Amino acid sequence: MKLYLRLLLLTAFGFLAVSSYAQQHKTGTKKAPAKKPVAGLSASIAAGQKVYSQYCISCHQADGGGVQHMNPPLIKTTYVLGDKSKINKIVLNGFSEDVDINGDSYSNTMPSFDMLKDQEIADVLTYVRNSFTNKASAVKVSEVTPLRGKK
Amino acid sequence: MKNKFLITSLLSTVAVVGLLSFTTPGKKHIATHNAENAGLKLPAGFKADVIADNLGTARHIAVTPQGDIFVKINYNARRNKDAKGIVVLHDNGGGTATVKTSFGNFAGTGVYVKNGYLYASSDVDVFRYKLNDKNEVIDPDKPERIVTGLISRHEHEAKAILLDNAGNLYVNIGAYSNSCQEKDRQKGSMGQKGCPILDSAAGIWQFKANKPDQHYGDGIRYATGLRNVVGMDWNTELNQLFVMQHGRDQLHDIFPDMFTVQQSALLPAECLYAIKKGDNAGWPYIYYDQQQHKKILAPEYGGDGKKTGGENAIDPAVAFPGHLAPNGLLFYTGNQFPAKYKNGAFIAFHGSWNRAPEPQAGYFVVFQPFKDGKPFGYWEVFADGFAGTPEQVASGRADHRPCGLAQAADGSIYVTDDSKGTIYKISYKK
Repeated sequence: MKLYLRLLLLTAFGFLAVSSYAQQHKTGTKKAPAKKPVAGLSASIAAGQKVYSQYCISCHQADGGGVQHMNPPLIKTTYVLGDKSKINKIVLNGFSEDVDINGDSYSNTMPSFDMLKDQEIADVLTYVRNSFTNKASAVKVSEVTPLRGKK
Repeated sequence: MKNKFLITSLLSTVAVVGLLSFTTPGKKHIATHNAENAGLKLPAGFKADVIADNLGTARHIAVTPQGDIFVKINYNARRNKDAKGIVVLHDNGGGTATVKTSFGNFAGTGVYVKNGYLYASSDVDVFRYKLNDKNEVIDPDKPERIVTGLISRHEHEAKAILLDNAGNLYVNIGAYSNSCQEKDRQKGSMGQKGCPILDSAAGIWQFKANKPDQHYGDGIRYATGLRNVVGMDWNTELNQLFVMQHGRDQLHDIFPDMFTVQQSALLPAECLYAIKKGDNAGWPYIYYDQQQHKKILAPEYGGDGKKTGGENAIDPAVAFPGHLAPNGLLFYTGNQFPAKYKNGAFIAFHGSWNRAPEPQAGYFVVFQPFKDGKPFGYWEVFADGFAGTPEQVASGRADHRPCGLAQAADGSIYVTDDSKGTIYKISYKK
């Protein structure tokens, strides 16, 4: 019983130690002088969120979780985190294949969003790759432009 | 020393967190089912039991007078080649059931029992199995293919089925499109002239119930202009087909200048139609606006949210709010429930997704009273709480999603859930 209590205390302390360390670490990064790429990233994420709310949210939902058997989730999937040219092309050309993602099947029509500007596509994909617990590099305009018109 | 301490506590933290994450979902699940009425909210005098669970994507359901239950499972055929498409339960009474067997190497939605046969559909075919005098399948490995080659193209693939009393089989073939635009679901894209989808989909087809290997050419387009129907039932009082249409999506996404996000969340109506042979419900040229009580010209075909259209299209019998996704329809003919339920319609609403970013809705079973074959008074929510908390309704992250409905031999009703594979039995306590 005593041992159990001690273990519990240790655990609680462990929690505190880890979380306070993490907090310090976090604020540390925030306080560091903003480097240009970081500022660029947060601006792109903010702009991308606006694009997402306008064009993506009705199918992929506010939490990026998609819709059961219809609209794929955007949370930690290889489509979102993997090869950037693949997801760029999906936004540009649309997508209407049946796919399996993390064990579940999805089937619906995603239209082309080629009416968006290259900057808007870069922003929305940067937002998606850095939201819903995703963490991945930004998508640059230079990575979108060459893919226009390519299937 | 300090390091060692940190490591010990870290390890135990991980262990505790790990343990929590393993036990919590299971616990929650059991708690839901142990809760009164399996977590459902029901009218006074009714009770609910979970009679089966974890069956997978449990879609439609059919029953026999002997208390056997056939549940159609829409498993992922690409991943689970050995899964079974039909699960057979036996209702033991007292809120319990036993899994008897499972068979059928095709996924899909539709299942129906009639005249000594079990009918079941994949997304392209309809099969039937002969039943013995106890209504058990005689040879589960050798179904007879009745219809084949139906269109299934990434949208509205489910083939709901039923039989009438004159040897006819009815199959829903949903539109492989939202609103027959030149480019499906594309912002601003206009409607295809003389929508070609209507030739082979977006309607109810009638086939012979006993003729093998029928194709489109053997069938009759019984009703058209129905975007997608999943819930349908034969009204025995009127000897007539009734269907629930899933209305179109994305009015705002496609025509943001004409429809606000809020309008798009509520429009158009999900409609109950009483169908006669040759009827046209108007898709894709019109939709039904339940606020204006009018058939409105679709924006893809020159509409603006106000212009009416569809002079030749039928009116709905009942119009429900948008995007609730009616997947099950059942006319209640039993004697167990109080008199007001007799010959009325239960509708299982799977729950919305196309209302985002507005709150989602649905995930309940509704009752629409009928009198003398006509809707009588307003519909009401009959069974609610499938989703879990109000937050789960609003976000659409529902625990359970109602799909299929059937009337039990004892006059109770069954509700399937295609999210967790739960089968509910709802009864009236005398």
